[in-house]
Amino acid sequence: MNWLLVIAGGMVGAPLRYLTDRAVQSRHATVFPWGTFTVNVIGCLILGTLAGAAAAGAASSHLQLLLGTGLCGALTTYSTFSYETLRLAEGGARFYAAVNVIASVVAGLGAAFVGVSVAEALWV
Amino acid sequence: MTALRSEKVDGPGKLRVPAGRPSSWHGQGPVVAVVAVGGALGAAARYGASLIWPTQTAAFPWTTFWVNVIGCAVIGVFLVVISDVWAAHRLVRPFFGTGVLGGFTTFSTYAVDIQKLVDEGHPRTGLAYLAATLVAALAAVWLAVVATRKVLAWRRR
Repeated sequence: MNWLLVIAGGMVGAPLRYLTDRAVQSRHATVFPWGTFTVNVIGCLILGTLAGAAAAGAASSHLQLLLGTGLCGALTTYSTFSYETLRLAEGGARFYAAVNVIASVVAGLGAAFVGVSVAEALWV
Repeated sequence: MTALRSEKVDGPGKLRVPAGRPSSWHGQGPVVAVVAVGGALGAAARYGASLIWPTQTAAFPWTTFWVNVIGCAVIGVFLVVISDVWAAHRLVRPFFGTGVLGGFTTFSTYAVDIQKLVDEGHPRTGLAYLAATLVAALAAVWLAVVATRKVLAWRRR
């Protein structure tokens, strides 16, 4: 059962990342990887909210496996984030590479903290 | 997953040309399907790793750390091989790069684990984890790309 929940979440999260990235990347003309940035920040917000809900006893372990380990885990990515950063640096856009690292970490952490706070306001 | 679309990885040191992006959704069905299957496999592998090597509360999240670092190293090797030498089927890259590796590695668990460490009174462990993952993941993808290019260049001689 636990495995099926993780698999079901991953099966939705990964294509959601692919489609979101495609949609975002077709709407701007810069070298900045806004697509990956977007899915990572949204995933951090959802997982933060879920973690806050779980801490308040409002999210079952099954929901955490489905939405947390499965969906958010597959929606967000570290491998593409690093690879795109490397591509920017190698392509001469070192400034954008540094901005990508700093902005992703700051926005991802910020989203995680906001998510937890929202969950605490809702369920505690 | 921009990096995994073919126009973006068009040779060493080149960035994708924005004008060349596909805007059509035509023919995306099989791609979305293989990304879904790959994502499920990657997420299951990450879940399996977390069961074999569980992380205690307030401890440095070594399992997620290694999952992310290994995923970064593998994507470096894979994308160099698939763009430089391996004329693979068009679904191989979305399946393995976007699906499996994207589903295996995670940014959300990384961020929320740091939040938890800080919230539970272990800001130093949180900060160490934040920095260590960044440095190790970026070093892994860089070393993997450079080493794979070297091996390929050596084999061509």
